[in-house]
Amino acid sequence: MRFEGTAAYVADKDLMVAVNAAIALERPLLVKGEPGTGKTELARQIAAALDLELVEWNVKSTTKAQQGLYEYDAVSRLRDSQLGDAKFNDIANYIKPGKLWHAFTTDRKVVLLIDEIDKADIEFPNDLLQELDRNEFHVYETGETIRAMHRPIVIITSNNEKELPDAFLRRCFFHYIRFPDVETLTRIVEVHYPGIKQNLVRAALTQFYEIRDVPGLKKKPSTSEALDWIRLLVADDIAPEDLRADPKNALPKLHGALLKNEQDVHLFERLAFMARRQG
Amino acid sequence: MFLPFFLELKAAKIPVSLREYLTLLEGLDAGLVTYDVEGFYYLARSALVKDERHLDRFDQVFGHVFKGLELLGGESGVDIANLPEEWLRRLAEKHLTEEEKKLIEALGGFDKLMETLRQRLEEQKGRHQGGSKWIGTAGTSPFGAYGYNPEGVRIGQDEGRHGRAVKVWDKREFRNFDDSVELGTRNIKVALKRLRRWVREGADDELDLSGTIRSTAEHGYLDVQTRPERRNHVKLLMFFDVGGSMDEHIRIAEELFSAVRSEFKHMEYFYFHNCLYEGVWKDNRRRHAEKIPTLDLIHKYGPDYKVIFVGDAAMAPYEVSHAGGSVEHWNEEAGAIWLGRVLDHWKNAAWLNPSKEQYWDYTASTAMIRKIFAHRMYPMTLAGIEGATRELSRRH
Ligand SMILES: Nc1ncnc2c1ncn2[C@@H]1O[C@H](COP(=O)(O)OP(=O)(O)O)[C@@H](O)[C@H]1O
Ligand SMILES: [Mg+2]
Repeated sequence: MRFEGTAAYVADKDLMVAVNAAIALERPLLVKGEPGTGKTELARQIAAALDLELVEWNVKSTTKAQQGLYEYDAVSRLRDSQLGDAKFNDIANYIKPGKLWHAFTTDRKVVLLIDEIDKADIEFPNDLLQELDRNEFHVYETGETIRAMHRPIVIITSNNEKELPDAFLRRCFFHYIRFPDVETLTRIVEVHYPGIKQNLVRAALTQFYEIRDVPGLKKKPSTSEALDWIRLLVADDIAPEDLRADPKNALPKLHGALLKNEQDVHLFERLAFMARRQG
Repeated sequence: MFLPFFLELKAAKIPVSLREYLTLLEGLDAGLVTYDVEGFYYLARSALVKDERHLDRFDQVFGHVFKGLELLGGESGVDIANLPEEWLRRLAEKHLTEEEKKLIEALGGFDKLMETLRQRLEEQKGRHQGGSKWIGTAGTSPFGAYGYNPEGVRIGQDEGRHGRAVKVWDKREFRNFDDSVELGTRNIKVALKRLRRWVREGADDELDLSGTIRSTAEHGYLDVQTRPERRNHVKLLMFFDVGGSMDEHIRIAEELFSAVRSEFKHMEYFYFHNCLYEGVWKDNRRRHAEKIPTLDLIHKYGPDYKVIFVGDAAMAPYEVSHAGGSVEHWNEEAGAIWLGRVLDHWKNAAWLNPSKEQYWDYTASTAMIRKIFAHRMYPMTLAGIEGATRELSRRH
């Protein structure tokens, strides 16, 4: 089972080596990088390329490790018991399997994505160590053990909001996706919009990187914003030369797709104002 | 056979564990990469480095250890039995954690580990005629300054395919992620940003009078409003060591702090040479004519001032420890006494040292001064500056 990239995803060799190491040695792969660098998409593409089901676990700030295993719904059970519903006699009726449970018990191998692990509590990764290491866990309420029939391919992403514990890191393979350079981003654009005009891509990306370089931006536009923006440019039939039609207007055409933050838009308006005064 | 590599990573302060090293070996055993140095580099990187800030250091060690990468034709030169074992053992002693030493014990001890590695190598040789797989070091390699000169390390590789191209690790693409590189023009902007942030965070709240009136009128009870004070209260004294080989680096620190000068409530700087004694000066050209008594500073600037010394702290030990030890003048009292006085008066103090941290232990005077500073000595790197500012923000 090897991941060789897909037609819809640009993967460099270093990423492929890391993915295949994680698959072969059955260890989680931790993927880090700024938002929009294709971390989530990677898991989807691995699943697609290997024709496996993808189990997505989106982590939030309130997510607990236990929720990935299972949750015991004591409240419903209490209610059922009072309503005289016989169901309540069997506690198993109130055990709600989590994503890990699901990933362990499907009859084929799956890709398990634990997305944005850094959102959760600092304890979260450590709380999952044992389960991911041994590929099994115990359900105390029913006394059963859930054991992985097929060890899932585990992809874990982080946007780098928090440091992750060492014990957790030692068990993973690691890959840092850098923000793509212009050649790579061109390839990514072409993957998404096959046959797109070269000179439009060139003009748009030149402007895109200039915008990313403006100091003081609250949120630098990422790959997703570049893709959205270029889609709008195409839909609007904007010619490459029109992108720069008015040098005094610092706001790029259809900037809404790139600058999602009020303050950043203001920043550009100020720059435009200054350019006009100078010119 | 990659143990030297592993140990050098540790020596470069990359937090790799034996567990991760064994993962790498497991990956090689599983045939994840063969005949492909670049692939090996990626596999090793993915298995051993878990923080992008360490990637650049990894690249450097990799480049250094595997400098002699070349095609291994046949068995020539490979003499695994002559692995410099004593040297390895000593390096392992020095860099392995207690936990890892225990793990090695559990695996049957160091000898056993070496034996296993050797066996594995033999097996590989058997499997791959011609030995063009992962062959270790040529045992005759001389030991270089860094401990071990890995010139002789050879790894099987298809000649020509990657032959002369620039090696990926030599591109140092992750340079910007390492916050332990020395301050220079390249990262001074980032340093400034962090310094500013520190200055701002140190600001106290002040009473927001109009806010209080508005809020009190709205609520009908006295509702005191505060806002972060615009100007910061931090008062800073800086002492720069001038006139030595580190002047270049010390000037960078001076520039850095001068750039944020306006944001401090008060900031002054003074010069000294090598160690602090009874006098400092403000104008380097007139250092002998216009000395300011150190005692005057202690009297003039209250204990609420924070103090940073910048210097390499490298000198003859008696320049710190003895009266009359100074190379420039006769000092009635030892430098250590003066440093002690200053630290007694200003509790928030740190020493920034532009020389490489790994050398600190080898210079007696550096170790002495570091002790006097109760280990509040920091390298002149982004991480070091951050550590120092954190220390200076502590309340005593
Ligand atoms: N290497 C790539 N190849 C193809 N598309 C990519 C690549 N990297 C990012 N994208 C696209 O960019 C967008 C953002 O990717 P996503 O996986 O959501 O980023 P992240 O999870 O890192 O925030 C998606 O539409 C994805 O298809
Ligand atoms: Mg994502």
